[in-house]
Amino acid sequence: MDKAEARKEIETKTIKFLSEEFEVDPSSITPEAPLKETLALDSLDYVDLVVVIEQNFGFKVKGEDFMRLTTFKDFYDHIEAEAAAKA
Amino acid sequence: MEERVVITGMGLWSCLGTDLAAVEASLRAGRSGISIDPVRKEMGYRSALTGTVPTPDLKDRLNRRQRIGMAQQANYAYEATEQAMAQAGIDVPFCEGNEVGIIFGNDSSALAVIESVDIIRAKKDTTLVGSGAIFQGMNSTVTMNLATILKLKGINFTLSGACASGSHAIGIGYLLIKQGLQKMVICGGAQEVNEMAFGSFDGISAFSPRESDPAAASRPFDADRDGLVPSGGAAALIVESLSSAKARGATILAELTAYGFSSNGAHISDPDQDGQMRALHMALKMAGIGPADIDYINAHATGTPIGDRIEAKALDAVFGETKPYVSSTKSMTGHECWMAGASEVIYSILMLLGDFIAPNINLHTPDEDSAKLNLVSKTIDHKFNRFLSNSFGFGGTNSTLIIQRYAD
Repeated sequence: MDKAEARKEIETKTIKFLSEEFEVDPSSITPEAPLKETLALDSLDYVDLVVVIEQNFGFKVKGEDFMRLTTFKDFYDHIEAEAAAKA
Repeated sequence: MEERVVITGMGLWSCLGTDLAAVEASLRAGRSGISIDPVRKEMGYRSALTGTVPTPDLKDRLNRRQRIGMAQQANYAYEATEQAMAQAGIDVPFCEGNEVGIIFGNDSSALAVIESVDIIRAKKDTTLVGSGAIFQGMNSTVTMNLATILKLKGINFTLSGACASGSHAIGIGYLLIKQGLQKMVICGGAQEVNEMAFGSFDGISAFSPRESDPAAASRPFDADRDGLVPSGGAAALIVESLSSAKARGATILAELTAYGFSSNGAHISDPDQDGQMRALHMALKMAGIGPADIDYINAHATGTPIGDRIEAKALDAVFGETKPYVSSTKSMTGHECWMAGASEVIYSILMLLGDFIAPNINLHTPDEDSAKLNLVSKTIDHKFNRFLSNSFGFGGTNSTLIIQRYAD
């Protein structure tokens, strides 16, 4: 799998589990959309975000990392970097 | 001046049905709600008998944040409360603008606690239990969730009094309204139904092992009884001051006239005749009536050899001269534990309003003590005016409620 395919897979998988977990329309999850507002996250929801990321990608996002994850693009970048670090 | 206290709404999610009409039909038919849970057998339960309670689907009615902190019994309680509020003619905007309280009986949340601890053990990480675990795992899971969802502004807590929890919850709501401290309180009881909740109870051989005939397993007052059958669900009542009900133009279903309570101060699991009689006498005194004024008794009787014998002795000691009708609806429902004291009040109000007395099924041979009671083994059509509901629990906690047909 090349890098573009791997990125696409991350995006597809993320849109699926986030839309299911937070019960939002999958089409609202676009790269430039704001993560917090799109998923309507309150302080407790960030805990569940950590849980679903761990369940789907096998690593835990730290609380401080969320500070710089503003858009879904930031989110995909972070997952891609973590996956690369793991590999 | 003390307020008169009435009931203006009721709701049920039980093994006899998930609305009042279905439950009334089951009560009239003497239908058992008991079956076998194969998972319990795999887990090494001595008895896999259980009340069979459907799983609510709240996804269309509540959002994710509202649902995520609700343990199983909170889901049951939401269903029951929604029905009760509809019957009483109140909704969330009403609760937002008025001081409506909530008191539910609940004494465990085993499934939620065990599931979250299992994750912590496996992952060695507490965050990974998710944000709902804390709100599901506390005994107050019912009241904390419902108070939030319904935007309640009055009294708000859960009452844990073992198998008398639901009855005490109604009793405390009654006292608060009687004293003028609250105008309306949602009172009820909720009991989880799963293989995690009842293991330790099964462990003391309290359950009937009659797995070959589930419908015949729960047999309170029968000489061949061999233990209780665990069950659950939720029951909710809108308990309200008469003046509030009249001002709203609400339909009044029944009037609560007494809450008797006591503690045995004795053994942790054995019942005590003296303790039960003190609760009975306190209730009669509070209602300002005598034994002859009670027409029907919904007994606590769970089907354990010692429990039914002691209750029969206590009832005979107080009502031996007047012999009101007696039945235990646990013969059909099994023992709904934390919920039972609330659900059995609703079962009895359905009888009061429907002019019948539901049977104590599986009663074929009374023993020496139960033979002294006027037990109803087949449904009878009978118009009556007043009933008494007994609930007892581990630790020697006793609760007796008296409810009557409403008249101006």
